[in-house]
Amino acid sequence: MSDSIKKTLFASGHTACAGCGQSLAARLVLEVCGPNTIIANNTGCLEVFSTKYPESAWCVPWIHSLFENSAAVASGIEAALKFLGKKQNINVICQAGDGGTGDIGMQALSGMWERGHDILSICYDNEAYENTGIQRSGLTPYDASTTTSPAGAQSFGNPRPKKPVPEIANAHGIVYVAIASVGYPQDLQKKVKKALSLKGPKYLQIHVPCPLGWGHATELTYQIARLAVQAGLYPLIEYENGELVSSFKITPKPVEEYLKLQRRFRHVLNNSEEIARIQETANKNIKKYNLVVKNN
Amino acid sequence: MFGPIIAKPGTSRKNKTGSWRTGAKPKFLQKDCIACRLCLILCPEGCIEGTQKNSFHCDYDYCKGCGICALICPKRDIEMISEEK
Amino acid sequence: MRAFLEGSKAIANTVSLCRPGVISAYPITPQTHIVEELAQLVADGKLDSQFVNVESEHSAASVVLGASASGVRVFTATSSQGLFLMAEVLFNIAGMRLPIVLTCANRAISAPINIWNDQQDSVSLRDCGFVQLYAENVQEAVDFHLLAYRLAEHKDIMLPVMVCIDGYILTHGIETLDMPEKEKIDKFLPAYQAPYKLDVDNPLTLGFLADPDYYTETRFAMQETHNEALKMLPELFADFSSVFGRNYQCVEKYRLEDAQKAIVAMGSVCGTIKDVVDELRKKGKKVGLLKISALRPFPMQDIYNALKGIPRVAVMDRALSLGSLAPLYSEIKSIFFAKKKAPKIISSFIAGLGGRDITAESIKEIFRQLNQREVVGKFIDLKAELLQDKL
Repeated sequence: MSDSIKKTLFASGHTACAGCGQSLAARLVLEVCGPNTIIANNTGCLEVFSTKYPESAWCVPWIHSLFENSAAVASGIEAALKFLGKKQNINVICQAGDGGTGDIGMQALSGMWERGHDILSICYDNEAYENTGIQRSGLTPYDASTTTSPAGAQSFGNPRPKKPVPEIANAHGIVYVAIASVGYPQDLQKKVKKALSLKGPKYLQIHVPCPLGWGHATELTYQIARLAVQAGLYPLIEYENGELVSSFKITPKPVEEYLKLQRRFRHVLNNSEEIARIQETANKNIKKYNLVVKNN
Repeated sequence: MFGPIIAKPGTSRKNKTGSWRTGAKPKFLQKDCIACRLCLILCPEGCIEGTQKNSFHCDYDYCKGCGICALICPKRDIEMISEEK
Repeated sequence: MRAFLEGSKAIANTVSLCRPGVISAYPITPQTHIVEELAQLVADGKLDSQFVNVESEHSAASVVLGASASGVRVFTATSSQGLFLMAEVLFNIAGMRLPIVLTCANRAISAPINIWNDQQDSVSLRDCGFVQLYAENVQEAVDFHLLAYRLAEHKDIMLPVMVCIDGYILTHGIETLDMPEKEKIDKFLPAYQAPYKLDVDNPLTLGFLADPDYYTETRFAMQETHNEALKMLPELFADFSSVFGRNYQCVEKYRLEDAQKAIVAMGSVCGTIKDVVDELRKKGKKVGLLKISALRPFPMQDIYNALKGIPRVAVMDRALSLGSLAPLYSEIKSIFFAKKKAPKIISSFIAGLGGRDITAESIKEIFRQLNQREVVGKFIDLKAELLQDKL
């Protein structure tokens, strides 16, 4: 093993599935944070595959307590650092998957945002409870087939749209809210850097494909993440103090190009009505966030 | 006193996940590489390194053979080859 | 320093002198006066601490977990449903071996909702890994907090401690007590030195996934540490006595020497029982009290020694294990299983649920019932007329 691999703050040897978007995102985030960072992590894939005793992939101080409380644990860490007079130089991060963020962890997260802690909260959004076997979460997209929202004779999969956690975060009046994707690593790292430069509560939601849960080939993680963005289904946007300050411009591709690579959407591919509904979501995003540069 | 169970940083490196590969591994041809670093940036294992053109390679102790690096290489300078067991 | 103070105020001011760096709590009656007083001390600049107002007890426990893991002394308090909402975190705190001190202002459990005192809340969580101390009066409530920090933070212990005080009776009752002075507290309780913590200069990982190869040993270690705590407590009590001049034990034997009958109880009711014992003793009745101050670790040997020669014993529970024997009773009873030296009768009484007074008369009734054969799970002061009502 060479020195440069040794220096990464998120070490190799973790037990994520091959092609895991979340492990990739975690490393990209940590590269920007640097060693003066303390992380509180909710239960979930990331926690399990990075810290199976006695092996830890983390090279910064890291703590896991429960499924829903990393925002509160991080609040305690931040308060302790303030008491010790050390907060100035240390980044405090709480992170979770989409279930740990938008479902079971929502209350603790809302409390942390409202109290104004200087903490970056990160959601690694792989759009289901992948760790427990691909069950539906509040952030599972419309029509995705999961083990608890399966497609069937009477079902097109998940009947509800994604819970708008970034909008919920914004409603708290926090300093920074952004959406990123492992399909655009530079943009992702830029947003982490920006978030850490601001004092107060921040929220960053990162789209991280899951080959196992989404049913795609392991080598397609990056492409699929990009296609979600390019279709307008996962807009890369950025808010400061509630104001939309940037949106990543795209030349929209039809949603089928994104859907057709994933087993979770296989049941809608020949259903023009359902495809049209998903396309409608993309179109709304494109309009709402002004994702397309208009000529002239 | 045993416990709490705590660990030193980066101890996962003991865990050689390279044994997970099922059939294919990336071969870094080191012919047309332009040092764009995409393979290094996008490796979920963080096990690719290199700086100069045609210097990039991976640590097979950890490579799980996902194939992202081979697919995204703009110069097709990484190919997935069958594993010789 | 003699003082005439409300229990909550006395506890808050004593906790304040222990210098917790982070305090977090969520409002629930009857615990609120404690954290209100601490909030005021912080607001007045008299206590240098981060007071974190949270959106639930779950987060209150999680905040102190995070702060304790950062190497800082912490404090939280709760009651009843709040303790139950914390329950998941409390098991976690104990498993992560963090020396958190929590005050439980004991209160009944819903439904029906009831804000008054009994001990169902903390007794139900006796298996969460916390040390549990039960106070008889405000003086003990105050002193037990000092002992709690000292025990919790001992490098060989590193277990959280719950100081259980009867809601209203000890939180809102005003008593005369000796308030521990700052100099003495500083002498008794050194600054907390965390043996492990979240530190960027030594980046440890805390809170692992432990598979079947490791999990058992973590639980075994906690069990062993409870045993060690039991061995250590007498030393700590002696040390406490040398600084503050007040003596405590895991169990207090009150007029048990030649007793023919004894009640076993925990918490504030012990004060009433002592009065009744004194009254009955004056009339020549050989009665006594065994007060349990530590429910966890459970001082089995002390209890055995105290009760083995007493023919008739009544265990008073202010909690239940619905569908089985009352909790304290079943544990006391198990101590004497197959023992040659044992009380002839160990009867079980349940009293004082949801704030119902346990009067001197209630206690005399228990002593009277000890004349009969062994009774199990007998409710004292039950209103038979209410039970006639049917749907």
